[in-house]
Amino acid sequence: MAIGVKVLDRPIEQTSYVRATLKGMALTLKHLLDTDKVTIQYPEQKWPLSPRWRGTHRMLTTEDGKAKCVACGLCPTVCPANCIKLVPGEDENGNRYPLVFEIDEFRCIFCGYCQEVCPEEAIHVGRHYENSEYSREGFVYDLERLMAQTHPVCEMWDPADPKGE
Amino acid sequence: MSVFALLQIVGGAAAQTAQTPGAGLEHLPQPDSGWAWFIATVVKMLLTFTLYMVGVMYVIWAERRICAFIQDRRGPNRVGPHGLLQSIADGVKNIMKEETYPGQAYMPLFILAPAISFTAALLTWSVIPFAAPWASKWGTLDMALAPMPIGFLFTIAIASLGVYGIVLAGWASNNKYSLLGGLRSSAQMISYEIAMGMSIIPVLLLAGNVSLNQIIDQQAGYGIHWNVINCTVAFFFFMISAFAETNRLPFDLPEAESELIAGYHSEYSAMKFSMFFIAEYANMMTASALMATLFLGGWDIPFTTWDNVAPHTFIKTLVTFGVFWVKLLFFVFVFIWIRWTLPRFRYDQLMALGWKFMLPTAIAYVVVVASASLGLQYAGIPIDSWKFSVAMLVINVVMMVLIVGVIDRGRLISPAYSRLDKRDLAKLRQARYDRARFQPATSEGGAD
Repeated sequence: MAIGVKVLDRPIEQTSYVRATLKGMALTLKHLLDTDKVTIQYPEQKWPLSPRWRGTHRMLTTEDGKAKCVACGLCPTVCPANCIKLVPGEDENGNRYPLVFEIDEFRCIFCGYCQEVCPEEAIHVGRHYENSEYSREGFVYDLERLMAQTHPVCEMWDPADPKGE
Repeated sequence: MSVFALLQIVGGAAAQTAQTPGAGLEHLPQPDSGWAWFIATVVKMLLTFTLYMVGVMYVIWAERRICAFIQDRRGPNRVGPHGLLQSIADGVKNIMKEETYPGQAYMPLFILAPAISFTAALLTWSVIPFAAPWASKWGTLDMALAPMPIGFLFTIAIASLGVYGIVLAGWASNNKYSLLGGLRSSAQMISYEIAMGMSIIPVLLLAGNVSLNQIIDQQAGYGIHWNVINCTVAFFFFMISAFAETNRLPFDLPEAESELIAGYHSEYSAMKFSMFFIAEYANMMTASALMATLFLGGWDIPFTTWDNVAPHTFIKTLVTFGVFWVKLLFFVFVFIWIRWTLPRFRYDQLMALGWKFMLPTAIAYVVVVASASLGLQYAGIPIDSWKFSVAMLVINVVMMVLIVGVIDRGRLISPAYSRLDKRDLAKLRQARYDRARFQPATSEGGAD
C-alpha cells in the first residue's frame, strides 16, 4: 500500500535556501537604502481628506450671524443614532429657530443624513476628525459650538454627478 | 563540558605543532608600579562599562531605525535628533513602570534570572582587547580589562552561563509557554555551543594559544593573515553559531512570539524585561566583538603595519580603538540586517543544521586545517608568510563551495515543497507500510 504522495520535482533554483537568502538580503538592503518612506509625520503632515469625508458637524450661519436652522425637526427625525436634540422656538414674527440644538458627537455615526435631509442647508458634516476632550460631556456640541466650527464642510454625493467631476 | 576539555587538549597539542607567531607584538610586562596598574584598571573598567552600555543603547536605537528603514518606515525620530535619545526615554519609562509578579512564580529565581543573563552578557567583554597596547611612561598598558591567558576559554564559558538566565526565567515564571521557551533555549544553545567550540579550534591551531592577545598578534600585519582568510569555513560556522547563541533571528525559537507569546520572558515586566532586552543586545555586541577579534584581526588595521610596530603611542591606541569599533558595528549591522530578512527556522531544521551538518563539518575542518598547516610548514611555507594565507584561501574557497552546495541541496533546511530523495521516499513508504502491518486490525475505543 503505497502512499499517494505527489512529489513535485522542482528545479534547484526554486528550492535553494542559499539563493533565496541572498535574494532576500538584497531586497532588504534595497529597501534600507530607499529614501521613499510611507510613514506620514502626523502632526506636521496630514493625509488629504476626501471631499466627501463626513466628520465633525458644523452649523452654517446667515449673513447676520444667526444659525440657518429653522427648527423644522427633520434632522432629529432622520438621525439613526438619535444623537440630535432639538427644542424649537418661535419669535414674535413667527420665525422658528432652535432654542436648544445639541449633537452628541459620541453617539453620532457620521452617516450624514442630517445634512442630506436639511431643507435650509444649515447642518453639515465636516471634513475634520481631530476631536479630543477631557470628558465625555465635552463631546456634546451645543449650537454656539457648532456655529463656531470653521472647517470645510462635506460635499455630499450627487447622483447626477456620481464621480464628483 | 567535555568539549572544553577536548579543546584544551587540542589547543595544547597545537601549541607544540604550530609555530609561535613572528610578526606580532612582543608583549611587554605590565607596569612595574602597582598603583599605575590599579588606576589603569579602574579607568579601563569605567571606560569599558560606560562605552558598552551606551553602545547597547545605540545598538537598540540602530536596530529600530534600520528595521524601520527596511520596512519603508521611519522609526523612532521624535526624542532628540533622529530619535537618538529614544533609548533613554524607554529606560526611564521602564524604571517607572509597575513590576508585576505572577502569583505562582518562584520568587528568588524569578528575580535572579534577569540579573544572571545581564551579568553573563557583560562579563565576556572584560577579556576582549579593544585597542593596541599603549606604551605609556608608567609601563605598557594592555587595552583589555583583564588580559587573561585563557581569554578565549573564558568567553566561551561565560557565554554558556547565559543560558542559565533564560532557563531559570522560563522555569521560575511557572508558565507553560515560558517553560517551553526556556527548554528550547537550552537545547538550542547547548547544541550550537558545541558547533561553536569546534568551529573555533582551527583559529586556536593557527594561533597556537587561547589568549585573545596572541590570536590578534597572529593575525597582525597587512590584513592577509586575518583568520577570515585563513579559516573562512570556521568564520562561517562561528557566525551561524553566534546567531543561535544570541537567540537572534533566524534562531529566535526561545521567544517565538507566534508560538510562545514571548517565550521565556512572557511574565516579565518593566525593568526586569528591560534587563533581558539589554542582555540580548549586549550579547549581540559581545558576539560581534568576538567575531571581529577572532576573524578580522581585532584592532588590527588592514593594509598597513603602522599599528603593529614598536613605538606604541597613545594615538595608535586611539586609532586602533576606532578600527575595532568599526569592525564591531559592521557585525552588529549584519546581525540586524539578517534579523529583518530571514524567517525563523523550524525546530527540526535548527537541530539538523546544528548536529547533522555543522558539528561534523567543523570537526572535519579541524583536520583539514591541521593537516594543511602542517603540510605547508613541511613544504617550507611558514604560517606568517603570505603564501600560507593564499594556500589556505584556496582550500577555504573550495570548501565553502562544497558546503554551500550541500546546504543548497534542500535536505537540511528545506522548504516543504522541495524535492524528496528517491531513497527518502522509499523509506517513508516502508515506514508507513510497517506501521500499518503491526497495528492491531481494529482499535477498540482506545485513544488514537
